[in-house]
Formats: sequence, structure tokens, C-alpha cells
Amino acid sequence: MSDILLQANHLVKTYTQRSGKFGFGTRLVKALDDVSIALKAGKTLAVVGESGSGKSTLARCLLQLQALDSGEVLFAGQDLAKLDGAALRQVRKNLQMVFQDPFASLNPRMRVGEIVGEGLLIHGLGSAAEQQAKVIAMLKRVGLSESDMQKYPHEFSGGQRQRIGIARALVLAPKVVVCDEPVSALDVSIQAQILLLLKELQAEMALSYLFISHDLRVVRHIADDMVVMHQGKVVEQGSVEAVYQQPQHPYTQSLLAAIPGKKAQSG
Amino acid sequence: MNKVAPLLQLQGISIAPKNTPARLLVKQVSFSIAPGETTCVVGESGSGKSLTALSIMGLLSKQLCLTSGQVLFNDGHSGEQDLSKLDQAALRKIRGAKIAMIFQEPMTSLNPVLTVGYQIGESLTTHLGLKGEALQTKIASLLSMVGIPENRANSYPDELSGGQRQRVMIAMSIACEPCLLIADEPTTALDVTVQAQILTLLDELKTRMNMGMLFITHDFGVVADIADQVVVMFRGEIVEAGSKQQVLQHPQHPYTKALLACVPDAEGKKPLKPIDYAWLAESQTQVQAQRKVPS
Repeated sequence: MSDILLQANHLVKTYTQRSGKFGFGTRLVKALDDVSIALKAGKTLAVVGESGSGKSTLARCLLQLQALDSGEVLFAGQDLAKLDGAALRQVRKNLQMVFQDPFASLNPRMRVGEIVGEGLLIHGLGSAAEQQAKVIAMLKRVGLSESDMQKYPHEFSGGQRQRIGIARALVLAPKVVVCDEPVSALDVSIQAQILLLLKELQAEMALSYLFISHDLRVVRHIADDMVVMHQGKVVEQGSVEAVYQQPQHPYTQSLLAAIPGKKAQSG
Repeated sequence: MNKVAPLLQLQGISIAPKNTPARLLVKQVSFSIAPGETTCVVGESGSGKSLTALSIMGLLSKQLCLTSGQVLFNDGHSGEQDLSKLDQAALRKIRGAKIAMIFQEPMTSLNPVLTVGYQIGESLTTHLGLKGEALQTKIASLLSMVGIPENRANSYPDELSGGQRQRVMIAMSIACEPCLLIADEPTTALDVTVQAQILTLLDELKTRMNMGMLFITHDFGVVADIADQVVVMFRGEIVEAGSKQQVLQHPQHPYTKALLACVPDAEGKKPLKPIDYAWLAESQTQVQAQRKVPS
């Protein structure tokens, strides 16, 4: 067995968009155009690109939150695209997601303890007491306290909410975590805390991250490999160091040139 | 360099909720902006950057009020005015004409049921009285100035991309050639490539029209690209102010140092570091110690 944990081959996803007068016409938008990626065990693969390049569609299609038009997603020898609902639910224990907006991704009517414990409840893992203990341990691990279980999401700051989102994803001890811009909604000062937490947890729990971001400064710090997407296509992939040192594709070069603060450093 | 009379001087601005005037959200903030220069205000969310910017044009929400301070504005023609003392009618003559503002969210700050051409033209009609053909030519020239094809004047905001909408916002704000432009995180919601374009555009316009610019951001990368002067705010107070060189290369205050240290760099040489509030505890114990000494 190779050390590739999650592999996607030739993914295609198209959306139809209304166009023309009164939206009577339709136009096909290729969100994913023959995309193939491979995530190595225990590593972080960053997906970089501007909005509309298909990064988030890729994340959703990998987890089968959205149906693919064609292509296969291989995880532990199974093609996820062919699984039915019940089988998929079993596999999803190992595939979790941390969402972009910590203000929109937590149910405001549920207590934090319920939010984090919901996955355990659904998968029927352990007795109620065991579940409770797991939730408490996880909350403590991400830097929250036991008393926070009784609180509602609105009582927390953006950074704390993102910690809750991370706890919810990791309480099931997944193998793959898809992070869709987990720090882009946060202040610079909080970003580093969350990134460090993600790195520590990766080492402890042997996680593999698919890390979606448009901030190349963040990617440089967290990722091992990277994929650059542009208009639904993968235009460049390789190790982070190689891509940053010698970007091959003009689009990658323009992305790297656009990092704020570069001008001041070179000049 | 600072021989020219400052365009805007904030002197001891304090802002508090009306119900609890003792709880200051912004405490004794003073700084000035010179024509043709960019002053960047940097800080975390909740540090009072946006409130300070809103208070300049009297745009604070009704629950908040200016408890002290002066906003001295001098456009070089009508002498020095304290904007905080003006009534709404007088302020309306200044807003959009002499001081313009770009807001953070280009998605929500445009009216979805009006064409962008109409929205750009609105302030031209109000302040300059332009009509008909003259108005249309002016709108077309503004659009091309910010890099949007002239025929997009009849488009609605939802037909434009995020970057284009922000360009429309910029066209609106510079329509009457203001002498001061306030930009409240204008690029936070945009992609890096688009962000770089917008920053270059703003920098060009600033030089061409000799505008003063107040630029609010939390990204030190952006500061390094466009600022002349930098003001660092923390919990409603200015902790450090000075030229870009001074603040970025030789930060004096521990908070500025901590904030600079936690910005990730593109080379990956600098280790990731969470923000360090140790200095805060230290300075508080120092203050307490100083208080104890006289008693």
C-alpha cells in the first residue's frame, strides 16, 4: 500500500447558469474540469486559487456533499461516489470538515456540548457517559473548558467558535479533515493560534488535512503539498517549497506576486 | 514633508454608548492626515478602528455618541471646520463631495435595484448639479478610470464580480474629487490578485488627485504596500503611531511587536507565533505598583 489516503481522479462537476434575456438561455459552468488530486497520510495538501476557481466545490465533492458528474474518489479502497447513503455515513466518520464562517456554521439554538457531541450520537459511539467524557476532553484539547458545554455559540468570539468547529470535526477521530478557509474570517492575531492548534492536533491524532485557502502566506506555513486551481482546472501542483521557489504556471506566478507586503520587502 | 497644513486632525476623540457614557469604546484618539498621504489604522477587530472612521463624518449609530474631542477638517479653501459641531445639512454638503468613504463589503454596500451608473451619478447630481449628456460622459470617464468598460454603466450590481463592485464603490467615492478618502478595509473581502489591483488603483488615484487617505486594515502586508503613516490601535486606544518605516522596522510598543510577530510571512522562515498578551499583564502590574507607591 502506498501512503496515499484519499485520491480523486478526473473529477468533473458542471453547474448550469441562467443567461440571456429573462434567463431563458442556459450556460454550462465547469466548476471542476478533470481534477485529480492525492492526499498523503499525515500530510497537509493545500488547495489554492481565487474565488470561483472551484476550491470549495472540490471540497464538497470529495466528501460527497455534492454529487459528481463523473470521476472517482478513492478512500481506503472504496469509491465514495458509488456508495449509497448508509455506507457513506459509515465512511464519513473518517472524513470531517471545518467550515469557513464560524458565525454561520454553528447552530445558534444548540448548546456547544450538543454541537460537539452530535457526531458521536449519530454514529452511536459509546454510552452517554462516554460520549460526554469525549466531548469534554475534546473541548479542553482545543482550549475551551468543561463549563462551555452549557453555553450557546453566540457567547463566543470568532476564534473560539472556530475552536468549537474544530472540536466538532475531530471528536470522531477522523482520518481526513477538510478545512475550507478555516482562518480567513479571523483576525491576523487569532489566525496564528488556530493554525498552531491545527498543526498540534495533526501531530497528535495523525490527521491528514485538505486545506483550502486563498492566503498564500498561511499556506506556506501549514501545508506540505499544494495544488493551484484556476477556472476549475489544476494548473500546478507539487511540494510547497518547490512551487514557492519556482512557480511554473503564469497564474501561480501572478498569485505569488500579489501577496501583500512583497513590494516593501523587495524594494 | 509635514510643512503642508494637515487635511484632517483628530484631537482627543472619545466614543461611548449613550446609555453608559462612562464606558469608552474609543479613548482620546488623536492623529492627523496630510494631503497626498496615506495613514493606515491597524488593529484587531473591536479595537475601535471603524468607529473612529465613522465618527469623522458623523456616521456613528444613534446609540453611540462622541463624548469629547474635535474633528478638524481643512480643505484649503473654506478654512478649518470642526466636523463634530456641524449639523446634518452642513455635513451632507461635505459627505461625498469633500470626504468620501469606501466600505468593507462591496457585496452589501451597493443598492441591488439600481444600475451602477445611476449610483455613481447620484452624488454628481447632488453635489455638482450635473445632468443629461454631461452626467453620462462623467460616469463613463469615472468607470474607465477604475478599469471597468464604459458600457457596464447600465449593469446591476449582481452582474458584476466582487472586484468590479469594489471598483464601482471607488468610482462613486472619487466622483466629486474629494480631498479625503476614508477606506474601511476595502480589500478584506477580495482575492489576493484583485486586492493587489485595487491597492495599486487607490495609490494611483491618491497621487493623481492629491487626496489624503485614511486606510483601515488589519493586514500588515497591506500596510507595508501603501501606508505613509501608521497608527496602531488596541482596545480603543492608540498604542503607537509614526511613519511606516518607524513602526514596521522598529516597533516600540510591545503590542505592535506582538501583532507584527504573528503575521505569517510568505517565505515560511518566521515561525508561526500566536499573539502574546504577556506585556499587558506586565504593564498592568506596573501600573498597580505605581499606584501603590504614593499611598
